Amino acid sequence: MFDFLWQPWPWYVAGPLIGLMVPVMLYFSNKALGVSSSLRHTCAACAPGDIEFFKYDWKTEGLWNIVFVIGILVGGFLGGLVFANPDPIAISQSTINDLRNLGLTDFTGFVPSEVFNWGNLLSAQGLIFIVLGGFLVGFGARYAGGCTSGHAISGIANLQIASVVAVIGFFAGGLFITHIIYPIIF
Amino acid sequence: MQYLKYLLFGTLFGFILMRAEVISWFRIQEMFRFQDFHMYGVIGSAIVIGMISIALIKKFNVKDVHGQPIKISPKDSSQMYRYTIGGLLFGFGWALTGACPGPIFALIGSGLSVFVVILLSALLGTYVYGYFQKSLPH
Repeated sequence: MFDFLWQPWPWYVAGPLIGLMVPVMLYFSNKALGVSSSLRHTCAACAPGDIEFFKYDWKTEGLWNIVFVIGILVGGFLGGLVFANPDPIAISQSTINDLRNLGLTDFTGFVPSEVFNWGNLLSAQGLIFIVLGGFLVGFGARYAGGCTSGHAISGIANLQIASVVAVIGFFAGGLFITHIIYPIIF
Repeated sequence: MQYLKYLLFGTLFGFILMRAEVISWFRIQEMFRFQDFHMYGVIGSAIVIGMISIALIKKFNVKDVHGQPIKISPKDSSQMYRYTIGGLLFGFGWALTGACPGPIFALIGSGLSVFVVILLSALLGTYVYGYFQKSLPH
């Protein structure tokens, strides 16, 4: 009866539930769903330095957001370990074929283990995927004023043109890396 | 204690992200290669439900649980450089790591410890943005 806790949820269950987080958070806490601002609040809390962008009352404005992302971590622990799906994710065969051609062989985890492991961290590939990739996520999200949750979901749901432009940017950037850069760096 | 609800919301959100499999680098690749509908279905239906909810909140002037008006800050549409350039750069990072900020936290929780480095790099990226904010076109 509780099998659904271990099983993957189809898009028409998971997507609406993610969408429902928007009114749930607005109603119960008057907060807009968003994740990447927590990175700014963390900078403001740990090392504001002399930077105006980080000089504000992070506790009032951002502590909730930091607690929220700690919750996401707990959710990842529950979903990924405690209620771990015993089967590998059912990736489409054409994607597996494409990635095989790039040299990947392990399709069992959440991420390709050949790329995302500690031993690969200081190789050119590891530096690009892990260090540069992470840097661009943080820099880009703050430059664009939001990430997938704040722009693609909260922002577009609130009919913001800015968010539509940002999401087109997210997608164009992803297509460029996938189709132009991957064949070079893999 | 007032922060307990945020921990709960985050846990719920993180768990849904895991069951939705949007935390998977491979799912992100399927999306950018147009080889499966899954990611489009998840993001698309999330937007539709969010949009209907916000429209209803505005139409019926719904108050929050404490009786306060619900406020949703608009994004500044006059700053198009930031959304275009920032959006592109974020997209580069999204395709490389296969993870946007929410999934980064969820993946760390699931035991992928090397994603701590991605998180630290993202914090550094945020810091560098803050440092150069004034000299970047917005």
